[in-house]
Amino acid sequence: MRRGVRRKVCLPMSKSSSIKPPAALEVAALNVYFGQGSERFQAVKDVSFKLEKGDSFGLVGESGSGKSTVLRAISGLIADWDGRISTDGVVVPRHRNKAFYRRMQMVFQDPYASLHPRHTIDGILSEPLKLHGIKDRDAKVLKALDDVGLGKSFRFRYPHQLSGGQRQRVAVARALMLEPEILLLDEPTSALDVSVQAEILNLLNDLRRERNLTFLMVTHDLAVVAHMCQKIAVMNRGEIVEVLSVEQMRKETPKEAYTKELLTASRGYDPDFFSVA
Amino acid sequence: MTQTSKIGLRAWLDAEVPNSRLHATAIQFYAGWLKLLANPLAFIGFLVIVLLVVCAAFAPLLAPHDPLTQDLGARLLPPGSDGYLLGSDELGRDIYSRIIYGSRITLLIVVLVAVTAPVFGLVVGTFAGYMGGWIDEVLMRITDIFLAFPKLVLALAFVAALGAGIENAILAIAITAWPPYARIARAETLTMRNSDFIAAVQLQGAGTAHILVRHVWPLCLSSIIVRMTLDMAGIILTAAGLGFLGLGAQPPLPEWGAMISAGRKFILDQWWVATMPGLAIFIVSLGFNLLGDGLRDILDPKKSKS
Amino acid sequence: MNDQDTLLSVEDLWVRFPSRRGVVEAVRGISFSVGRERIGIVGESGSGKSMTGRSILRLIRPPGDMSAKEIRFKGDNLLDYSEKQMRSIRGHRISMVMQDPKFSLNPVMTVGAQIEEAYRLHSKASKKEAYRKTIEMLEAVQIRDAERVYKAYPHEVSGGMGQRIMIAMMLIPDPDLLIADEPTSALDVTVQMHVLAILDKLVQERGMGLIFISHDLNLVSSFCDRVLIMYGGRIVETCKADELHNAQHPYTRGLLAALPQVDKPVETLAVLERDEAWRAQESVSAYE
Repeated sequence: MRRGVRRKVCLPMSKSSSIKPPAALEVAALNVYFGQGSERFQAVKDVSFKLEKGDSFGLVGESGSGKSTVLRAISGLIADWDGRISTDGVVVPRHRNKAFYRRMQMVFQDPYASLHPRHTIDGILSEPLKLHGIKDRDAKVLKALDDVGLGKSFRFRYPHQLSGGQRQRVAVARALMLEPEILLLDEPTSALDVSVQAEILNLLNDLRRERNLTFLMVTHDLAVVAHMCQKIAVMNRGEIVEVLSVEQMRKETPKEAYTKELLTASRGYDPDFFSVA
Repeated sequence: MTQTSKIGLRAWLDAEVPNSRLHATAIQFYAGWLKLLANPLAFIGFLVIVLLVVCAAFAPLLAPHDPLTQDLGARLLPPGSDGYLLGSDELGRDIYSRIIYGSRITLLIVVLVAVTAPVFGLVVGTFAGYMGGWIDEVLMRITDIFLAFPKLVLALAFVAALGAGIENAILAIAITAWPPYARIARAETLTMRNSDFIAAVQLQGAGTAHILVRHVWPLCLSSIIVRMTLDMAGIILTAAGLGFLGLGAQPPLPEWGAMISAGRKFILDQWWVATMPGLAIFIVSLGFNLLGDGLRDILDPKKSKS
Repeated sequence: MNDQDTLLSVEDLWVRFPSRRGVVEAVRGISFSVGRERIGIVGESGSGKSMTGRSILRLIRPPGDMSAKEIRFKGDNLLDYSEKQMRSIRGHRISMVMQDPKFSLNPVMTVGAQIEEAYRLHSKASKKEAYRKTIEMLEAVQIRDAERVYKAYPHEVSGGMGQRIMIAMMLIPDPDLLIADEPTSALDVTVQMHVLAILDKLVQERGMGLIFISHDLNLVSSFCDRVLIMYGGRIVETCKADELHNAQHPYTRGLLAALPQVDKPVETLAVLERDEAWRAQESVSAYE
């Protein structure tokens, strides 16, 4: 919380100073398409936002709103997009190179699906190091396990021997192996139990603080995004309908009816929901 | 002393927490072995295959006679005759010895087909499935063409073109056997192409070859191996069929199919000449089938969770 | 609550699964009753909440095994029923809605035909009557274009629509009790509100009993009348839904504290410390 306030104070100062560092991640006029030929349709329309270094930015919306599609286009998993994506002021190439992946990594939604079932944890964690020709792998794998709160006894186990929360810790560790500056989080806790969710969210927050990471987080859960992020963009049908700060959201001053609806719904069942919305 | 080391080994293999790469692999294999032991039919199949390998490896020790030496004085002796456990054929050769030596040919066929057809099918299928688009279209249409011909007819055509002989028979079988593997591998690849673990490795900057070999192949392997063991029966039968038609192994090689073919002339009066190699084919085919069925249960990654 | 209002009472229910490492006890001797009310069962994965729902309808598949002193539904002990009698109870007197409609609807039958079938299976209504009732039911679950949806196949409708169709199908025989196992977890929040409003209305208008199984504490406390909290196959606590935030058991308190909330920002979320003693504790009786 305090961090968010401090940043607000910082912003005008950096504006007044002559050299402003480029945004850690900037997305401008992003359009993403699915399908081909006559079935090609636009899943994301004219999405723009900017993250300063150390920001934690949330993309909120329901399924089909295009929030995950934005993440996948940024990471390069979807090829059919136009617009401009840049990190630290450098436009990312259409064919992402290894340097890009060292700067940006992603944590996926379902820890049961994002780890290869036939690879040991050791194999999963050392693979990015091998791909990038990084030495001293044994020590790095052990350190990574330790950083995410798993002991070295987990090193040679297979994913199916781990609980959902432990798997998600492995996924976080894998994303951090290349020491990226930006982490894309695609609903990282929606497949987990409440108590495990708290552990993973705390872990992510601690890591962000320690390493000054920049987070771009996608979720449908307003409570999670309010806990994790300072700024939130609400998406509906492929467009950003509103960008607001967490304080604004808490004070119930969203302008858009859709945001209000999401907010009411996130507080639990309300028999008057439909008369309000 | 051996007692303690055995307990030590068992404990090592039973460990919950592996402490090296080798250890983790060993535990996986041990778990598979235990599942094989728990499935009696699959274990019988496994024993049959082991028996086949032993026969082939120690043929000179196990066979009382030379499989090619003729003894016209001892023609068509019935099973149980002195020195001829399963009888002798029309040239006075010991059928038991010929079956033992014939296992070498069968094993050769099985091994050569197993290292060519499934590997080729795996490469074609996973590449087609992973790349998609026109590459997939072209590769799969070629596969369809091969699938459209009856196996034996296609093999016959190849052998006829290449000339009769055991090497050409193996080649012909391999050429006709790969398309189903390509289909299976492609289907498996399609199910995982868009999965998160493939996306995750793409985001680490891995290339296509790396993803296919390290991530896609290991997951296709189990269905390929199951299909392969189940196919082996068919491959042995195709080889025997080619032998029977005189297009496979040439006389005097003791190939089981060719032996049946030779025994056909005496089937009414000297039934054992054709029946004994027939039984050998039956037992080995059954062995592969039983093992294949069992492996399907053992290798299924979804079941190994419990 | 008097006896006449009690729809269902379950006493000392156990569900066990044999495994390689001994018997796993999914549900361990729980007792509760359901009246004409909305009762919520909350717990994390592995708490036994889904197994509880399934065992009421005796839907535990072998090698799983269930046992209980009694499962009394409107005076009759369901444990004494034959499998045939159970079939006349399932989907007729007691219905169940599952989490994912995709797996519960037959993909090669139109939506209308499936709902009609559900209706005609238990009542000897004519085809025309069944059609009328089906359309009426689809409208009751807030489907605007009922005639079109009637002719649609399951893959042609959205997830939220599919779940409403499932509810229509489960409610058309006019059951006395509905078991809803995470009926809204796969849905977007706004659609979820719709579905809950429908269930709410049906409970109030028809006097139906509802067992609402969920992992979502917020939702259960705002939607239900009474809540059972399950942990390790046992009921660790039971309370009025609107008093859930005053829960006493450390497990419930831990769950509530671990939940991020829009209105109450915290620096670090409390992490639930599990206590082995919770497992050993006796199950709390949730009779009313």
